[in-house]
Amino acid sequence: MLKKYIQKSLKTKEILLMTHIVVGYPSLDASMKIVEEMVKAGVDLIELQIPFSEPMADGPVILKANQKSLELGTTVKGCFEFAQNVSSRFDIPFLFMTYYNILYKYGVQSFVEDMVKVGIKGAIIPDLPPEEGLEYEEAMKSNNLCPIYIFSPTTTDERMRYISSCGKGFIYCMARKGVTGKTTQFSNELDEYFEKCRKNTSLPLAVGFGVKEKADIDYLKGKADIAVIGSQTIRLVDEKGIEAVGDFIKGL
Amino acid sequence: MSNDRGYYGEFGGAFIPEILVATFDELIRQFRKVKDDPSFWQTYSDLMSNYSCRPTPLTFAENLTRHFGGAKIYIKREDLNHTGAHKANNVMGQGLLVQRMGKTRVIAETGAGQHGVATATMAAKFGFECTIYMGEVDVKRQRPNVFWMEQMGATVIPVTDGTRILKDAINEAFRDWVTNMDNTHYVLGTACGPHPFPEMVSFFQSIIGKEARQQILELEGKLPTRVFACVGGGSNAMGLFSGFPDNSVECVGVEAAGYGLHTGQHASRLCSPDATVGVAQGYKTYFLQNDDGQMKETHSIAAGLDYIGVSPILSRMHQKGEARFESATDKEVIDAVKLTMKKEGIIPALESAHAFAGAFREAAELSSDDIIIINQSGRGDKDIFTIADAFGDPKWREFIKEKALDYK
Ligand SMILES: Cc1ncc(COP(=O)(O)O)c(C=O)c1O
Repeated sequence: MLKKYIQKSLKTKEILLMTHIVVGYPSLDASMKIVEEMVKAGVDLIELQIPFSEPMADGPVILKANQKSLELGTTVKGCFEFAQNVSSRFDIPFLFMTYYNILYKYGVQSFVEDMVKVGIKGAIIPDLPPEEGLEYEEAMKSNNLCPIYIFSPTTTDERMRYISSCGKGFIYCMARKGVTGKTTQFSNELDEYFEKCRKNTSLPLAVGFGVKEKADIDYLKGKADIAVIGSQTIRLVDEKGIEAVGDFIKGL
Repeated sequence: MSNDRGYYGEFGGAFIPEILVATFDELIRQFRKVKDDPSFWQTYSDLMSNYSCRPTPLTFAENLTRHFGGAKIYIKREDLNHTGAHKANNVMGQGLLVQRMGKTRVIAETGAGQHGVATATMAAKFGFECTIYMGEVDVKRQRPNVFWMEQMGATVIPVTDGTRILKDAINEAFRDWVTNMDNTHYVLGTACGPHPFPEMVSFFQSIIGKEARQQILELEGKLPTRVFACVGGGSNAMGLFSGFPDNSVECVGVEAAGYGLHTGQHASRLCSPDATVGVAQGYKTYFLQNDDGQMKETHSIAAGLDYIGVSPILSRMHQKGEARFESATDKEVIDAVKLTMKKEGIIPALESAHAFAGAFREAAELSSDDIIIINQSGRGDKDIFTIADAFGDPKWREFIKEKALDYK
């Protein structure tokens, strides 16, 4: 489903844009407004991060947003309600991003079934390697949802093919080592890595980690199918307020 | 013991981000090589005897034995390791592994600061660069250890996120590692975390149990009835327990009851109903978490036990009834420190004192034919500020006040 949507959208655009929010940061109402701004500005997909107390793969910006959201009382149930609201209001695919414990405690099967109910199309779980995710993968696929797996610059060719066989929808390529939110030098040195990713999967490629300005996205055109903006919009909301999000995205 | 993804029954595993998969593959490969190589164990135990006073004594606690009038009490003296705790066993072992992997930098989390000090020491000896992550709360309560780490050349980074204790330091160490794994090894300090850490840390700590078994057989000609160890992440307990797999020896792990199990302010994962199975920090085990899977705040007077999770190997032993888990409150722990000092002239670390408190509760009900071994995982000198406060010693207060004036 996702794959078809991506391929169809690519007929009219050179590259698609996926953005990210932490649900409940800086508040639930604000999250709704941010999503609205993003959709109006033409974003193609949105990741909704369910906050977790131990976000191991996230850098300072998203980490603080997770903590703040939890302090304000965001619950997993609240995130499902939020997801239901946005997916019924806006006509683009929404994905969940969170850590495995959130699914595990909820019950993987029920979590996946409830994703279907609220209209979420897929999920990105950065601490769940495919070897540990058999139950999850099966539940997702049998419910027609997309488990999105990750390629990293240290992933071997053989492993990329294995990961690709477990995933669905698209592959998330980390542009560099490290956590979210740090700068990445998007230069031709990365060409080889993206060619390697392309060679080892027939799924569309999303590239994230450090994408934050127009030049980054221009570089990615022709190499990736989706550019992912993560921490940068959170930073923008912190510094300039929600209203700045729309213009920022249009500028990309 | 574990399968090749590091599962002990349903517990363990390796829930790691993709970027670290290659690093873990390499670590597992190197660890397998040294584990299967008998000459490595020889190198390791030579290093420990030359640098860290091993074998540590098994001290007969004659006065405590008389005091309780029950089982004969022996104390395994891990406090006499170089740097004052069992942590050195694990750290020196991993240090040898780092040399083999050709890495030049080590990072570690620390709670009580013992593991941080041991890592800083190892880094100084082997010539590695060293960064230690420590929760801001623990930096405050274990200041002397921070001082020593810095003097040995380590950079100590106070962690101000989350609950600002051990688990938050672990998260930060992982964040460093995913960026710098090419030249950096993460020296995890306890038998937790993703595979192969639980197995690897237990392997190095097994030196405790190997020695204790041999020593008690030499001294008494028979095995103990019960062995006691405190349980933070579980590494000193795994070290001792692994020496006594016999059905006749009961292994007792003592967790932190903090202000009391009923208060919710504790760090008891296995002996309280408050913990449930979950996945965090790279592994599956019992965690103190809420229904949504968010980790709770924990409390213990002992920074080294103040942790949300527990070794997956101990969770498995708990499930199979291969070990019994008890708890001791902050107050019981302070009383145990007082008694041990008065009777034996030995100062256990607040962490270790949990094992003492647990053993003291049971010593009298056993007979003089019974033997118990208490693992003194560390020495209490580092806790002088906390212990002096708990004892409410007026002369110490005066001293600190005067000292502060000197710095004005
Ligand atoms: C002296 C001492 N004992 C025990 C512990 C608890 O760790 P573990 O359960 O891994 O032995 C610590 C941890 O910092 C410690 O410093």
